[in-house]
Amino acid sequence: MNDALDVALRLVIVFAVFMVLPLVVGQTEHKVMAHMQGRLGPMYAGGFHGWAQLVADGVKFAQKEDIVPAEADRRIFQLAPAVALLPYLLVLVAIPIGPSEGAVGQIVDAGIFFVLAVMGVGVLGSLMAGWASANKFSLLGGLRTAAQLLAYELPMLLAAASVAMAAGTVSLPGILNAFEWWWLPWQIVGALVFFVAGLAELQRPPFDMPIADSEIIFGAYTEYTGLRFALFLLAEYAGIVVLCGLTTVLFLGGWHGPFGADGLGWVWTLLKTAVLAFVVIWLRVSYPRLREDQLQKLAWTALIPLALAQIALTGIVKVAIN
Amino acid sequence: MAAPLPPSRPRIPGSGLAKGLAVTLRTMTKKTVTAQYPDVQPELPPRSRGVIALFEENCTVCMLCARECPDWCIYIDSHKETVPAATPGGRERSRNVLDRFAIDFSLCMYCGICIEVCPFDALFWSPEFEYAETDILELTHERDKLREWMWTVPEPPALDPGAEEPKEIAAARKTAEKLEAQRAKEAQEAQQAEEARQAEEARQAEEARQAEEARQAEEARQAEEARQARETQQVQREEEGEE
Repeated sequence: MNDALDVALRLVIVFAVFMVLPLVVGQTEHKVMAHMQGRLGPMYAGGFHGWAQLVADGVKFAQKEDIVPAEADRRIFQLAPAVALLPYLLVLVAIPIGPSEGAVGQIVDAGIFFVLAVMGVGVLGSLMAGWASANKFSLLGGLRTAAQLLAYELPMLLAAASVAMAAGTVSLPGILNAFEWWWLPWQIVGALVFFVAGLAELQRPPFDMPIADSEIIFGAYTEYTGLRFALFLLAEYAGIVVLCGLTTVLFLGGWHGPFGADGLGWVWTLLKTAVLAFVVIWLRVSYPRLREDQLQKLAWTALIPLALAQIALTGIVKVAIN
Repeated sequence: MAAPLPPSRPRIPGSGLAKGLAVTLRTMTKKTVTAQYPDVQPELPPRSRGVIALFEENCTVCMLCARECPDWCIYIDSHKETVPAATPGGRERSRNVLDRFAIDFSLCMYCGICIEVCPFDALFWSPEFEYAETDILELTHERDKLREWMWTVPEPPALDPGAEEPKEIAAARKTAEKLEAQRAKEAQEAQQAEEARQAEEARQAEEARQAEEARQAEEARQAEEARQARETQQVQREEEGEE
């Protein structure tokens, strides 16, 4: 009975975080992007600086008619948003935010494997949507998504493997327990590769070729409306939270901080995640979209060699230490 | 033949990316330029062209505005009235009376030619701009509405520094200066006359005093002569007595 309650409580907390943090990131994006462009952003919803804008958006999406195109593959089309969104929820369960037992949804022994594998599933949602929509633009978007997934999954895995090598474990809390501050400069290249590849996998600008709205309308999401479209958007922001959280855990030392290590570790985790989320928004505002060939070129000629170099460096240092 | 490229400076790789990030970050710290219009009224520049106001008391129904309007958006109706002779035996005069004055702001292009051309200062720009309507017919503002806009017309803005003096002020100033000069001249003449009068009086007083002195001197001399004559007689009498 007590175990069941414990599991239920953890799931509720993880779910609450999963619902709230993406909205916080979304609202921050509204505001930060607006100010970076000399605007104010939403100012009305909720009264104070438009804090309830995304809630209002959610209400609007829920009111809209749920349309499935006549020629679409109905079941796949309807399933796709769930496939896009749920993996991020699962990943969130495994991310530790503090050193104690209670600060993680569920400790997974093969944490990195689990997390990266499940995150890869999220992209399948876009593929399913693109194929099932029976729309040329959706199909193009889906194919671009597939190409991007293939190109960027590899450097991401290699960068994560470098950390696992350094820590000698694939468990996320295990990695953080082994973390030393000098890992930061040691793994910095890997961190950059991981973060950039993660951005590309989320199809965030400047890597948003699969949903380039000026060319292919909205890529795989072209035919979606209402709540299902909202779920895709939510998946994108949940993806930002998960990516920033993972980068924090793997490369930035998670709950380790200059001070306040005891009891306040989760603050460090959240702070680092928030800073990374800001960087995600900042990059979106600053850079134009990469062309499809530039996208592929960046992955295959820059990120993968860098990730391999990082692995070599990790191996050499690891051997030298031992 | 393309022009030779300018010599490129050696660049640090990624400096362009960093520059892009710096631009957005700097913009974020600056003040936004968003105008929160319905909440905050905009600060309109002087001479803003919002709506055209009619000061119908000045209108003589000369129709210049309606004829010059490029959009033909001014409607004027009028009739003539006869004014009886002001003096007995005089001639009757006729006068234009305005019946309708309307501007269709759905046609108006806010060129301001009507205001420019009005010889009697009956049309003015008002900065009011919030008169949107849901029915386009409502945008034809009739005479009373145009008259109401007159209350929103701001006083004319100050002239630019170094601008030419307005003609009416120049004329008024010239008249005032002329008057001033004339008054000063009159005052000077009056003063001169006064001085001359005083000088005359002083001269007369001096003459009178001199005459008095002369008279006294004469009297004294006569008295002396009389005394000497008496003494002489006395001496003669004594001499006669001795003899």
